[in-house]
Amino acid sequence: MNRLVVWLVAALVVMALVGPWLIGPEGLEINLKLDLKGLEAGRLGYGENGFDVLTWLIYGARVSLFIALTCTVISLVIGIAYGSISAYVGGIFDAFLMRCVDVLMAFPGILLALYIAAVLKPGVGNLIIALCSTGWVGYARVARSQVLAVKEQDFVMAAIALGASPFRVLFRHIVPNILGPLWVQASFGISALILAEASLSFLGLGVPIGTPSWGSLLEQGVNYLFVAPHLVILPGICIAVSVLLFNFLGDWLRDARDPQ
Amino acid sequence: MISKSLQVIWVLFGATLIVTGMLRLIPGNPVDHILGEQATQKARMQLSKELGLVDTEGKPVGFVRQYGSFISRVVTNELKSYRTREPVMSVIAARLPYTAALAFASVLFAMCLGPLLGVLAAWRRDEWLDHLTRFIALLGISLPKFFIGPLLLLAFSIYWPIFPISGASDGIMSIILPAFSLGLGMAAVQMRFTRASVLEVMSADYIRTARSKGLSERVVYFKHALRNALMPVVTVIGLELGSMLAGAVIVEKIFSWPGIGLLLLESIQQLDMPMVQGVVLVIAFFYVVINLLTDWVYGRIDPRVRVS
Repeated sequence: MNRLVVWLVAALVVMALVGPWLIGPEGLEINLKLDLKGLEAGRLGYGENGFDVLTWLIYGARVSLFIALTCTVISLVIGIAYGSISAYVGGIFDAFLMRCVDVLMAFPGILLALYIAAVLKPGVGNLIIALCSTGWVGYARVARSQVLAVKEQDFVMAAIALGASPFRVLFRHIVPNILGPLWVQASFGISALILAEASLSFLGLGVPIGTPSWGSLLEQGVNYLFVAPHLVILPGICIAVSVLLFNFLGDWLRDARDPQ
Repeated sequence: MISKSLQVIWVLFGATLIVTGMLRLIPGNPVDHILGEQATQKARMQLSKELGLVDTEGKPVGFVRQYGSFISRVVTNELKSYRTREPVMSVIAARLPYTAALAFASVLFAMCLGPLLGVLAAWRRDEWLDHLTRFIALLGISLPKFFIGPLLLLAFSIYWPIFPISGASDGIMSIILPAFSLGLGMAAVQMRFTRASVLEVMSADYIRTARSKGLSERVVYFKHALRNALMPVVTVIGLELGSMLAGAVIVEKIFSWPGIGLLLLESIQQLDMPMVQGVVLVIAFFYVVINLLTDWVYGRIDPRVRVS
């Protein structure tokens, strides 16, 4: 089961990487003869103005996973730096930084990302900024609590006694020791970001119009729910399956780290 | 409680700061962003005044004064929609009952279904009923709202036309599908939480004591175990109710439910920034207050929480 999940995640990533290259961009072109034709017209059916749904889904996988993975990496880096520096310095500095984090927690779910995406112009870069603006907070909290636990240990004292600079102590000695729980959180974070990206694209605040993404296909599908329900069902399944896969991956990583 | 309240005030202050400051972060001038390049000088000046970027003489004002005038206009209900000229807070107040009704119906649905299924699953642990409910919970957690909603519409408004497709004009019938889409995720979380909580309680010493007294399994389960197992479920309600406010934006769009979520999306489309800011602030306000109340209620129920 666990191996299967890892293989499926790998397959998803490979599909996103090489799939568009294999299938080619022809399916994204306008072909009014196939406008909104269902599965009976072949492949996985056709969308608005006759683009091929299969091609759209494969290109969409690349966009959705690219955004989710990029945001996770950026959020991890910001979160680790913020949380660990806050915990290592401690005192009033730490308290102030954490109160700033509290402010970001005042916006439920994707609300802040939604607001930022609305203020900025639509685009993949701005979407990444919007999603990262809240995405790093969770990592910062975990990194902080981990550093608080680790920084009193003997090997840290030893490094300080040997005259290592605070920067070196923190990023060479402490941070490598706190990464474990963050990997687990990151794999849950990826599935949350796939959902968030799809939500924003569904609300029309994600990728620019015409960019293939699972969420943007769903948005289109809702408008044609009566005539072309496959435009909702297929991307919905893609999103649900990949969210599930990355959640399973997170469960597996968590169990592998802590057999209890 | 006092420190909690102080924290809430600080958090709300910070939230307003973010909501106003974000407009300044737009590359270029927010006025150009809203009006486009071709707007007349007069329209620009008027919008700049509207947004509080310049004072009445047309001189640019600093961020602190911008912030101050924004807050005072929010509080005195002077903040006007850029499109309709109506006061933002009045418009929000008119739409808020719809979102409140939706959230209430979703919580009601989740509260009826979640703990019930959780109790059943724990009672029949590792039997088919347990597996079935856990599978449903997994679906409820992993299926996005913007997927469940259209599926429900397809099934119950198109193939079997039982419920209306959109809007809120059919009273109770029109709220059922939106509430179901919004509440399903919460019901799933509640179910998992209840199941884990009941299983934990069932291995406690006082359950063994109750059994050794010769009480029937039914009394042990429903009288001794459940009462203790259901307490932590209260916290989950509060937390989920808050996150529901964000989910409501999606569900309201799918079902054209005329709450503040739909208002937010409409205003974003029309680039009606004062309205967008107002709705975001109102949602953040309710979220923070609900979380505070949850903490308080939980402290009442379980005195151990107050100590820590």
